[in-house]
Amino acid sequence: MIPEIGHFALLLCLPIAIFLASIPLLGAILGRPLWMRLGPLLALGQWLFLLLAFICLTHSFLTDDFTVKLVAMHSNSALPWYFKLSAVWGNHEGSLLLWVFILASWTLAVAYASQSLPLDMRARVLAVLGMISIGFLLFIIFTSNPFERLLLNPVADGNDLNPLLQDFGLIIHPPMLYIGYVGFSVAFAFAIAALMTGNLDAAWARWSRPWTNIAWAFLTIGIALGSWWAYYELGWGGWWFWDPVENASFMPWLAGTALIHSLAATEKRGVFRSWTVLLAILAFSLSLLGTFLVRSGILVSVHAFASDPTRGLFILAFLVLVIGGSLLLYAVKAPAIRSNAKFGLLSRENFLLVNNILLAIALSVVLLGTLFPLASSALNLGSYSVGPPYFNAMFVPLSLPMIVLMGIAPYISWKRSNKISAAIPKWLIAAFVALLLAGLATLSLSNQYQQDFNWLAFITLVVSLWLITSTALHMLSKAKHQQGLLTGFKRLSVSYWAMVIAHTGIAVAAIGIGLTSVYEQQKDVRMLLGDDISVSGYRYQLTAINTFEGPNFSGTRGDITVFDGDTVITVLQPEKRFYYAARNVMTEAAIDPGLTRDLYVALGEELEEGAWAVRVHVKPFVRCIWLGALMMAFGGFLAVTDKRYRSKRMLNA
Amino acid sequence: MLSSSRIKLFIPLVVFALLALVFLQLEKRMISGDYDPSMLPSALIGKPLPEFNLATLDNPNTVITSINLNNKAALLNVWATWCVSCRVEHAYLNTLAEKGITIFGLNYKDDQQKANQWLTRLGNPYELNLFDVNGKLGLNMGVYGAPETYVLDANGIVRYRHVGVVDEKVWQSKILPLGLNW
Repeated sequence: MIPEIGHFALLLCLPIAIFLASIPLLGAILGRPLWMRLGPLLALGQWLFLLLAFICLTHSFLTDDFTVKLVAMHSNSALPWYFKLSAVWGNHEGSLLLWVFILASWTLAVAYASQSLPLDMRARVLAVLGMISIGFLLFIIFTSNPFERLLLNPVADGNDLNPLLQDFGLIIHPPMLYIGYVGFSVAFAFAIAALMTGNLDAAWARWSRPWTNIAWAFLTIGIALGSWWAYYELGWGGWWFWDPVENASFMPWLAGTALIHSLAATEKRGVFRSWTVLLAILAFSLSLLGTFLVRSGILVSVHAFASDPTRGLFILAFLVLVIGGSLLLYAVKAPAIRSNAKFGLLSRENFLLVNNILLAIALSVVLLGTLFPLASSALNLGSYSVGPPYFNAMFVPLSLPMIVLMGIAPYISWKRSNKISAAIPKWLIAAFVALLLAGLATLSLSNQYQQDFNWLAFITLVVSLWLITSTALHMLSKAKHQQGLLTGFKRLSVSYWAMVIAHTGIAVAAIGIGLTSVYEQQKDVRMLLGDDISVSGYRYQLTAINTFEGPNFSGTRGDITVFDGDTVITVLQPEKRFYYAARNVMTEAAIDPGLTRDLYVALGEELEEGAWAVRVHVKPFVRCIWLGALMMAFGGFLAVTDKRYRSKRMLNA
Repeated sequence: MLSSSRIKLFIPLVVFALLALVFLQLEKRMISGDYDPSMLPSALIGKPLPEFNLATLDNPNTVITSINLNNKAALLNVWATWCVSCRVEHAYLNTLAEKGITIFGLNYKDDQQKANQWLTRLGNPYELNLFDVNGKLGLNMGVYGAPETYVLDANGIVRYRHVGVVDEKVWQSKILPLGLNW
């Protein structure tokens, strides 16, 4: 009965979404306030029914209702409850339901948190969100019904959730990612609404900014979680593979990053209007494209075995309608690009422009690398695989200058910068400090990891430390203008702090990426009890091997004592688990985390005579990657709390 | 009359239209069965196989921790009797083996008796079959399902991964162009 209620609630959402997409919009066009005011109510209704549907599906999973096909295929009675919960979105149909539910939640948030918005603008934005909702609801209802029953051949127990997905990181990774993806729909809806009215002034940019920041911050966290999960769960110690599904999440992130900056220029100076609108359309379109690539079966061949080709065609049709439609609207209504720029060479506008150009190039690089293999097979030009070497070779030269410019950017003011001469001594200091510290650090790292002086590590450190020092000096001088340094720091605006933290996050992540790539060491060894091995100056000794029983698995746990000289640093306990239900063996790596290095040990197979295959990694500064990402996300959230977004009257910045 | 700056605004639309055509073409070819999205990147490419410790299919008392390549490239084919496509693929593997191509088997999550019967009945193209009853090695390799074939070069480095059936077309268009020493 409960799955039927869920299904019915889901079906009911469709007419509500159709009303949401039409009535407020008609109201805005015909000037009927009452129709426009219906928007928030419809958004609430849609949200409530989707919530009900989602609760019903979750209930089926938690109560092991194996008459529901989805539950039978992706869950098992022996799973702990929290994995039953995450199994709800550990599959195509359920994750799609989560997707629309999140869309409905954003819609609701826009409806009730935008009281200061002009009535017709709000009505149009809600209507655009309603249209997107219609598309996804049709997709679920007609091709991917999560409530389908298995009435003819009931099963005793479910197939179980893929053990790789039985992990804490995977419980929260998809929701975070989806909140980010779907969040870009809000900026998209604002852009489309602004295009409809033809009124692309600074106002729409100001309204979009907080929403875009939040979506971007969630997406950042989602991507970082995915990378962190791959790192500790897959047992290879890798944190980014440039695979198409990862790229599908990275592309909207790049577009979103560009959008955040471009929105600032449009809001503050009224420049780049067309470009900003295009980016808003692009960020969401790339989110949709990711959905298409992942779910159409074009990329992930496991799903292609079972996937219904009509699904791919459906999403493609939807993509053409949404993206094609909005780009057409853009082409017809966007203000023509004017070349008579009213800002100097050394202006913040120009710096944001360069930032956007670099990000757009980076985006094209990823897009090309992801789609080229597809395009070449579509056109019968043969199959190509574009691997990490391509992406790395393109990304390093793109990101280094970007980071250098980020160190200069805060000093440059809008229109034309006159304070360059005052900034030059600070830049010289920052450059000197960066060169000195980077040189010392590279020397000491090369010594510690027994390598020659590595130029890539040095350059990464120079630009990252330059960014940190230069930003810190700017903050210092900005605070010094006030009475006392402490009051000065307190007086700095929240959005300024947000910028400082997010930019520092980029530097921290860059340090992590650069140093891990250069200095990581890995050894696969055969170990008997008592054997030891040295990797990067640490000595690893296998001191015990024990078997134990877990709740739904049996396991073997190794004790590996790590020494630095004669001092014991830690005892790592990697595990090998055999899951009864799925008859699967899983590797649980043991990690001794540290800011400057991770010691990472994974237990391989049991070899002859009681020996074990053991994989040992030393990963210098790998944690900085995710720390940096968290700092960026925190900056994104912090920027939203700036008081000018809460105030109804327009503040002059 | 459209001004030139107005025309520029149509560029994104045109780019997207081209992209959509590519996707449409792909979808059509997928539906007709012409396109097989089996170019799955593997984290193993460029790396040796993970450590393993498995019995062979014909003798459960042996323990094998490495496969001997004799300085030649080889295929490592993941198969099982429960896999329908593997039966389709099997005939072509026999052909390859007759040509002198070295093929190792990874019998994946299977029943030993059934698997041996299958080889007796359909012919045995394999140099050696690892018996991965729990899917241990398969999991460490990132196997999605059967059939799947890994191309190893003479040094035992994984050079290519094919998901799905290996047939003449795959062999000619994807595996031979790797230019390995067979």
